[in-house]
Amino acid sequence: MHNKTFIQLILVQIREFYREPAALFWSLLFPVLMAWGLGIAFSNKPVQTKTIALVFAENQSKESFEMLISKTSFEHRKDSITNDHYYQIKYGNDNIGLTYFRIKPVNMQQAELMLKRGNASLIITTNENKLEYHFDKYNTDAQLSYLQITSLINGENLSNQQSEIKPMTEKGTRYVDFLIPGLIAMNVMMSTLWGISYTLIETRTKKLLRRMVATPMPKWEYIMSHITARIFLCFIEALIIFSFAYYYFGITIKGSIAAFIVLFLSGIVAFSGLSVLIASRTAKTQVGNGLINLIVMPMMLLSGIYFSYHNFPVQVVPFIQALPLTMLADGIKAIFNEGAGFIQVWKYILILNTLGIISFIIGLKFFKWY
Amino acid sequence: MEIPILDVKDVRKHFKEVKAVDGVNFTVGTGEFIALLGPNGAGKTTTVEMIEGIQQPTSGEINILGLNWHTNESKLRRLISLSLQETRFIDKLRVRETVRLFASFYNLPDARVDEVIEIVDLVEKKKSYVQNLSGGQRQKLALAIALLNNAPLLLLDEPTTGLDPTARREIWNILMDLKKNQKTSLILTTHYMEEAEFLCDRIIIMDKGKILAQGTLDELLSANNSKEIIAFSTFDHIPDNFFCGDGIVKLIWDDKTNSGKLIVRNIIEQLPLFLSKVKDAGIKLTQLECRKLTLDDLFISMTGKHLGD
Repeated sequence: MHNKTFIQLILVQIREFYREPAALFWSLLFPVLMAWGLGIAFSNKPVQTKTIALVFAENQSKESFEMLISKTSFEHRKDSITNDHYYQIKYGNDNIGLTYFRIKPVNMQQAELMLKRGNASLIITTNENKLEYHFDKYNTDAQLSYLQITSLINGENLSNQQSEIKPMTEKGTRYVDFLIPGLIAMNVMMSTLWGISYTLIETRTKKLLRRMVATPMPKWEYIMSHITARIFLCFIEALIIFSFAYYYFGITIKGSIAAFIVLFLSGIVAFSGLSVLIASRTAKTQVGNGLINLIVMPMMLLSGIYFSYHNFPVQVVPFIQALPLTMLADGIKAIFNEGAGFIQVWKYILILNTLGIISFIIGLKFFKWY
Repeated sequence: MEIPILDVKDVRKHFKEVKAVDGVNFTVGTGEFIALLGPNGAGKTTTVEMIEGIQQPTSGEINILGLNWHTNESKLRRLISLSLQETRFIDKLRVRETVRLFASFYNLPDARVDEVIEIVDLVEKKKSYVQNLSGGQRQKLALAIALLNNAPLLLLDEPTTGLDPTARREIWNILMDLKKNQKTSLILTTHYMEEAEFLCDRIIIMDKGKILAQGTLDELLSANNSKEIIAFSTFDHIPDNFFCGDGIVKLIWDDKTNSGKLIVRNIIEQLPLFLSKVKDAGIKLTQLECRKLTLDDLFISMTGKHLGD
């Protein structure tokens, strides 16, 4: 049997991948760990617990403070570890959600430390027969705690049911629903840029590229083999992340699966093109490292993978939306959570493919083979 | 007349300020083994890479079986084969997989893959990862790949540099077998004198981008056959013009080792003169040797430096 160049070239990529334990960890296990960790850390808990620092003025008795908060039906509790005493106040019900406030009597120094360390966002001090509240007015969490506590102290009890509130428990609105499509998109970027650029640059550095080009090997087959192998590997990686998210968080694709596959491929095309461009002239792996990070880092932070880019100033949002990773992530999110199909994502598909093909052509034109 | 396998005509390669190769001419006939001998930076690799089509000459002409790189690149890729000075193959690929990969570029069957692995004696290692090979085994792998397509012209760039004597000898034996069985022409760059002497029909001595001398070993030595050497060591410094006179060709003095080589036309005539001169000047010799000129001496007398420099 004669050996087919293209198949042999693809086999090289795949063998290099599965024979490298580090590659297996970073591209298969790490994204899953990330999805799991972040999904758990930011999942909304059924009951919130918030700590508040309480500082007594000199000569102020506990009893007079307890008088002031008598309308809150507080309870005396002890910290299970330090055995320190605190007051527990309950706010809310099943519909609005439950919050337990732990009001810890401490001195001013400790209170400030708690604030600096983020253990508490609010300090209550007693002054004669009044309570004073200290918090950062730009901190929404502190604002909310202030409003909730004062309403309890003033005896403004919530009605038992708060029947005007209709809790939402539907899938697609949780943090993890936001996170998983973004992680799948980011994995395409990381896997493709590192996988293709880095390998091409390393092959050149090792003079292996020189050696291969000195044979009748068709150059385009060489580059295409990298992209083809990457498509295969990206699908496996995405399948693993998705399977985990499906079984662990119950995440599903609400929209068109076909649109997802085409969009996913377009993402690979876009980042493959960029990879070839990055690798076209670079002869040192260190320089390649820097170049790849230069592209990867800003997109990782800006493209709305971990948090929504709508938190950035309105003026920069259009620029963020023009980044390839944003397009890919937004597209996948729309398909997963909003039930979108080709009609909603065709623009992303078109732009990603155009970007990929243009940078591929430029990269190949300037490609340094020797 | 038969077309030479390789014809290099007045080839130059100038980088910004460096003339890496500066007007080189030579031909290689069918089945001929040629050594390009020279110290580091002599222009050997640049010359070879221009022949391989990896670098473009600034001027001059290179013809391989009458074809050149401008018009016949794809044909030439099949007519030559090579090993580069240092190629690091893929660490996590096995020996046989690596050879198979390259075999696929020439559309060769697995039978040929196993054949070249056997020729270079890597059968026991064919399932090993490249990263676990010794320096000698890596060179054998590079050689196996170079042999794959049975090219009429084989170019090996320092195939034994850095290898221990046993590994070097093994590579030599593979190449000697090739010489017996095939009609392959070989160009080999080396800075080992013995390698050039042992393997090659013709030796081209290069330095600073130019060819200093070329010919068979005998030709090179016989052109200088009337010359002999008085080699000596002393603790004293010998000035350049200390020895002069009719029968003296040249003094090569090495400050580092405090030793000198006096090239003379006739030892029998010159030795007594040498000794009396040394004695008169009060120079104390620590070593003295008289012999015929070797290729090594020839090289030093031409370039002023040792090959390994």
